Amino acid sequence: MCNYCAFKETLVLLVTFVAGDMANKLITEIGLPKSIGHIFAARNIITAKDALSLTEFELMELLDVGLEQVKFAVALISEVTSPPYQTVQSLLEQRVQNEYLMGHLPTHLKGLDAALCGGLPFGALTELVGPSGIGKTQFCLKISLLAALPSCYGGLDGHVIYIDVESKFSSRRLIEIGINSFPEIFCLEGMAKEMAGRITVLRPGSLTEFTESLQKVKVSVLQHQVKLLIIDSMAALVSGEYEQGPQRQHPLGWHISFIKSLAEFSRIPVLMTNQVRSRVANQISQYVFQAESRELMVEDNTEKFDSRLVAALGIHWAHAVNVRLVLESRSGQRFIKVAKSPMSPPLAFPFQVTSMGIVLLNDDGVEMEGSQINAIDHQGHSDIIYHGDER
Amino acid sequence: MEVLRLPLSASQKGKLISAGYTSMASLSSISPSHLALELKIPQTEALEILKSVSNGSKLESTSSSHTIVNGAQSAWEMLQEEETLVHITTSCADLDNILGGGISCKEVTEIGGVPGIGKTQLGVQLVVNVQIPYDYGGVGGKAIYIDTEGSFMVERALQIAEACSADMAEYSRLYRKGSQARESKMMHPKDFLENIFYFRVCSYTEQIALVNYLDKFITEHKDVKAVIIDSITFHFRQDFDDMALRTRVLGGMALNLMKLARKFGLAVVILNQVTTKYADGSFRLALALGDSWSHASTNRIILHWNGNQRYAYIDKSPSLRSASAPYSVTLEGIRNSASNNKRVKNT
Repeated sequence: MCNYCAFKETLVLLVTFVAGDMANKLITEIGLPKSIGHIFAARNIITAKDALSLTEFELMELLDVGLEQVKFAVALISEVTSPPYQTVQSLLEQRVQNEYLMGHLPTHLKGLDAALCGGLPFGALTELVGPSGIGKTQFCLKISLLAALPSCYGGLDGHVIYIDVESKFSSRRLIEIGINSFPEIFCLEGMAKEMAGRITVLRPGSLTEFTESLQKVKVSVLQHQVKLLIIDSMAALVSGEYEQGPQRQHPLGWHISFIKSLAEFSRIPVLMTNQVRSRVANQISQYVFQAESRELMVEDNTEKFDSRLVAALGIHWAHAVNVRLVLESRSGQRFIKVAKSPMSPPLAFPFQVTSMGIVLLNDDGVEMEGSQINAIDHQGHSDIIYHGDER
Repeated sequence: MEVLRLPLSASQKGKLISAGYTSMASLSSISPSHLALELKIPQTEALEILKSVSNGSKLESTSSSHTIVNGAQSAWEMLQEEETLVHITTSCADLDNILGGGISCKEVTEIGGVPGIGKTQLGVQLVVNVQIPYDYGGVGGKAIYIDTEGSFMVERALQIAEACSADMAEYSRLYRKGSQARESKMMHPKDFLENIFYFRVCSYTEQIALVNYLDKFITEHKDVKAVIIDSITFHFRQDFDDMALRTRVLGGMALNLMKLARKFGLAVVILNQVTTKYADGSFRLALALGDSWSHASTNRIILHWNGNQRYAYIDKSPSLRSASAPYSVTLEGIRNSASNNKRVKNT
């Protein structure tokens, strides 16, 4: 696909996104025959969403027209409202041509970057989950710098929006990581100011404020050269004990959808941190058919681990994120695990927090299996948030 | 309006139109007593009207079968058809075995599981495998991938396509000698990717619209033999306050998908998420979207962990026996699980 076509397509996508997704397309703009168009309006069916939320039979009743007419109208509305398609080959070519490393933000952790095919994926949600004090914010600080760095140093040369819910952002620590990791850049005159100037920190005090700030973020992302969005942490937004009752809709459901669309249309990586909570005692993760055929079940190994921690925010959240990185500690050694990724095997890498931020001790990683992949360990971990050099 | 073409009196036609019956289709499934009530005419007259409608539509019937109900098929005919049913391989022999050859075309198969178990992996494997040519035992079709969550990674599709291409080259080298080795259909990874139509859906409205539009799209791209929806759940889990509406909308979508599968003889695979349900005094895992949705698919497969091994379990199928098969996710895609099959690391 030629450059112009790719550009045109991106523009179309951007315009569509800014205008609001196709659900809100007005019936009047779809080009239905006048007679039926008027009937839709008369019955208060204004947008495509209104029309498509009803079955053909309901529409027939509501509009008082025959089935053929309803079918024709629905087919036309559907065709116009449907998203466009692309062949995967053209998607690939687009990425290779237009995007840095085919759409990845390197973390400078060699083993992790290799496992993630280059780094944090653009247009997708990456979750960082682990017990408090393990190094999530350290990771976020480092990656903000990496996105801000000029391209000649391997960065994205862009702005970063850092939504700091728990007031954990430390500018001093950010500069320290910068000076220690990239001394040749930071010793340059005004570099520290320039880099730090590219990172915008938002501090919403409540879920409502967060929702409002998301709208502002969307505008900013499209207008400025924002290359990374960090939310530290998602779990803190849902105050109090969130019980995942089966009927209740997830309180962050809308936000997750919104952030996903934002990430996709602007093709930026989004990094979100999550907390852990203890596992409820009677929470057996089995299907009905598994419970019935107990003889076939292998003994669940998680009981043997000293792990009673699970990621907060529930299973709906776990489905929604594209990449899940688990930070944990076992026998005093910290690990960063790729627990969920569409393109990587489940590898665990030992790491340390140093003056340069997070550093891997081993780039090969150990492959996890079964319940080890998602278990979150918290053994032998001293709850030191940050205390200078930890060697 | 079709009703005008019927051999009826002007007043009868007038009554039909003012009551809203303008087409043959609208009269095809109505009872005489109901019609009589609507038009305020005696039942015998209503019966006459309906007879003339069915006479009209019978002339259009192209079925040469002797079925007693227009538009239906006899069980024998269906059996003949089933013998020729094609399957799409999953690249895991054990899984193919319990599925009777693979994912069957002409049916809707639902695949559900916890995050990270391999649903998207299986989806991508299928959109690649559907393209395997006839000569290699495949279906030779194109594929549609409907992504509602953004889990589709182009790099991963490329990896799986490369592995499939390599497998085909290996097969060709080993089994096709002499004239057959003319490389009649050498498929490169690029060819695979060229035949996958990718749609990104951002709301449930778009999802419904797209499923409606697929009829027209596939009519224009008759080679499509697989439609994967990853996942069907995502947009329906949060935007809905009205659960009854959700059930109706999902029901409509399910019917559309089944129609699509039958009409074009393609495999519709819907990936579903998992939720927790409180039953028998404890929390159990279940596929999302509720009990009413569980009727939507013809076959249902649940992917789950058992110890350190991934398994696929046939939870529901009209013709397959309930069985479990182990599988693994490797660099090449979905493959058989073998204890000595050490995964090649991605370095």
